[in-house]
Amino acid sequence: MISSINALLVVVLLLNLYLLGTSRIRALIHGAAIQGILLGCMPLLFYERFAPLPIVIALATLVLKGSVIPGMLLKALRDAQIKREVEPLIGLVPTMLLGALGTGASIAFATRLSLAPEHAETLVVPAAFSTVLTGFLLLTSRIKAISQVIGYLILENGIFIFGMLLLEAMPFVVELGVLLDLFVGIFVVSIIIHHISREFASLDTRRLTSLKE
Amino acid sequence: MSLWLILTALGLMAISGLPGALLARASPAGQWTAAVLNVCASILGGVGAFAQLLGFDEPQAIHASWALPNGRFAVGVDALSALFLLPMLLVSALGSIFGLAYWKQSEHLRTGGRLRLSWGILTAGMMLVVLARDSIVFLMAWEIMALAGFFLVATEDAKPEVRRAAFVYLVATHVGTLCLFAFFGLLRFASGTFDIWPATLGEAPSWLAGALFITGVIGFGLKAGLMPLHVWLPGAHANAPSHVSALLSGVLLKAGIYGIVRVAGLLPDPPSWWGATLLIAGSASGILGIAYAVAQHDFKRLLAYSSIENMGIIAMGIGLAMLGRTAGHPEWVVLGLTGSLLHVLNHSLFKPLLFFAAGSILHAAHTREIDSLGGLAKTMPRTFAAFVVGAIAICGLPPLNGFASEILIYAGLLRTAAGGGGSEQWVWAALAAVALAAIGALAVGCFVKLLGAVFAGAPRSPRAEHARDPGAAMLAPLACLALFCAVIGVAPAAAAGVVASAVAAWDPAAHAASDSLEALLPLSAIAAIEALLLGACLAAGLAIYRWRRIRSWIRVPTWDCGYLRTSARMQYSGSSFGQALTLLFGWALLPRRRVIAFEGPFPRPASFASEIPDAVLDRGLLPLCARGARLMARARKLQRGPVQVYLVYVLGALLALLLFSEW
Repeated sequence: MISSINALLVVVLLLNLYLLGTSRIRALIHGAAIQGILLGCMPLLFYERFAPLPIVIALATLVLKGSVIPGMLLKALRDAQIKREVEPLIGLVPTMLLGALGTGASIAFATRLSLAPEHAETLVVPAAFSTVLTGFLLLTSRIKAISQVIGYLILENGIFIFGMLLLEAMPFVVELGVLLDLFVGIFVVSIIIHHISREFASLDTRRLTSLKE
Repeated sequence: MSLWLILTALGLMAISGLPGALLARASPAGQWTAAVLNVCASILGGVGAFAQLLGFDEPQAIHASWALPNGRFAVGVDALSALFLLPMLLVSALGSIFGLAYWKQSEHLRTGGRLRLSWGILTAGMMLVVLARDSIVFLMAWEIMALAGFFLVATEDAKPEVRRAAFVYLVATHVGTLCLFAFFGLLRFASGTFDIWPATLGEAPSWLAGALFITGVIGFGLKAGLMPLHVWLPGAHANAPSHVSALLSGVLLKAGIYGIVRVAGLLPDPPSWWGATLLIAGSASGILGIAYAVAQHDFKRLLAYSSIENMGIIAMGIGLAMLGRTAGHPEWVVLGLTGSLLHVLNHSLFKPLLFFAAGSILHAAHTREIDSLGGLAKTMPRTFAAFVVGAIAICGLPPLNGFASEILIYAGLLRTAAGGGGSEQWVWAALAAVALAAIGALAVGCFVKLLGAVFAGAPRSPRAEHARDPGAAMLAPLACLALFCAVIGVAPAAAAGVVASAVAAWDPAAHAASDSLEALLPLSAIAAIEALLLGACLAAGLAIYRWRRIRSWIRVPTWDCGYLRTSARMQYSGSSFGQALTLLFGWALLPRRRVIAFEGPFPRPASFASEIPDAVLDRGLLPLCARGARLMARARKLQRGPVQVYLVYVLGALLALLLFSEW
């Protein structure tokens, strides 16, 4: 069981690097969708015995992270007629390197934490840290609002991976909280995108600086 | 039973403004419901409070669990709480009646509903402050009270000076709350429980008791407005609507005094510096407060500074009671605390009276400048009569109530100074007695200036000339308060008897050990003299009135020493009357003058202007804050604008925290 979880998490880590390195927004969305599907499988692996709750959570995650939100983002991409290229503030290769560095640092950091023995063997904590960092990197180094939405999505994915640790202890609260949080976040940012594309005819967050005092 | 009555009153007060907030803006019904609810609540609560004070009912408490961390809803009432409830209920009800005419809904569409909502919540919050028997409940009530007070001060938020005063109030009250958090935290540490009043310290070390006293006095003193913690008080009182000023000055300050009384009762034998500190702080507040009052040009600011003076007198009484506890002289405790608590009651009668009267003047003349009024005694005789009653009472002159409470504190101070029994306390008491005498004299000077400039002479502006007495809704509260002042003035023994149960609740041992109040001070003889004096005053007034009715009058101008053309501006102004006293206290007031004198054979027009900036706020705190703001402006470079940069800050903070926790 642990080996399959770890295999899944390695794919998640590789996807993180792919997201940082890709130059196309469509690819970014597809990557996030695949990551969402992988995360959707995870609750099933974490629960040793058959129970309805992890199945419900897994299905909800698969539907939301794997299809609904990427679908919304693809629709936004079509409707708002955004140029299909990522506009980075820092170059793609440097961000990838930073991401790799962050992943290494996460693994180093996780080994120093005093975790419960059943969690220490898995890659859950380093993968979670690394995914949160990837989300942050996407948020800070990309200009277009839509790539920021994806950044938030990845950040939430990292928190979701952390939530796996608490699945046994307090399953319902954590998972629903994460999903709700995510949904609201996407909602709000979609509205922002809508406003930006209508009012400013641009999805460039640099324009938001005019809100500065 | 009494507690339930009081809690019902609290609930009614809290919702009194709600119907008005839900009704249409133009409808006057909200105002009337608020006033009716307020009055009903006052009657209910008053019955409960009197049942406690007169000993018909035992002290009670309710403990209920609450879905909050560390939460327990604990309220209770004893005689001390009941005594502080009385002014809250009375002034709140009278103020809401006064507001019917003073702050008409039809004239104040935007602010009226908000004012009444905050009014009810403020009263309910203050009631909960004195009822709270758990630290958390107390702090919550304190905060409700502080915020409702802020919204009341900021009623006319379209004016920049109102916003400024409200902001200063908000900062000051939160600094006070911070001190109270420290106080209750330390109290929890010392006593091991969140229960308060009585909070037993047990075997607390002296540093802890000292820290408790200091944080408590600063926290509560900020609300009570003791110098130099008074920074918020003059601005807030001057810029709030007048009935709100009456509520703030008459009642809100007393919440701070209530806290100081409770803090003073923490230890059975407090170190002597506790009492001495309160005596010195009280004397300083008293003298400087009244000195600032004399120098003011704005009559509401003047009344506000005079509140600081009165809070000083109350603090002196509490200090004396504490010295009595230290030295083991129960009669000092009884005289000091009875005088102090009676002054709390009295001040909450005559100060709202003065603020209501000031509101009537403001309503009629639309100015707060003393030097553009004048001659109002002829055009506003009823307001004038009420103002005179208030002024005599606040100066502590017989035959009104201010005299009764001040003479108790005098008697206590003199007894301590004369027969201190070789203890070191007599020095402080002797100094404080001199200070109290000086305060009395200065107060007379201050109010003679105010009465003379506002009511005597000829009107200095057309506004003053056309001012007229207000209607019944505004005069009735004035008459009611004036009547109470006179009643306590001629029956001080009865009032002191009501207060005695509160003194007994504060220190039962001293109350039992001391001689009766009558043996310490012949109150009934004083009452007889006062009744005679009051009777003589009334008789003289009646005689003059009849004499003026019978005789026919010819109006001629005052003899003007041969000047050809006199004008109203040639009269002594309030500032010139107060100048002698202002110069005497120039070292503390630091007045700013701008004089352009006549010079040379062909002089330019001359002018003179003076202002009295508040030494602590305008010369100390505001420049300090401005400097701090300039320093902080350098940090503005961090605020760049792009979302990405802010996210980098978040990431940096997160990583720093992670590293910190690892390290």
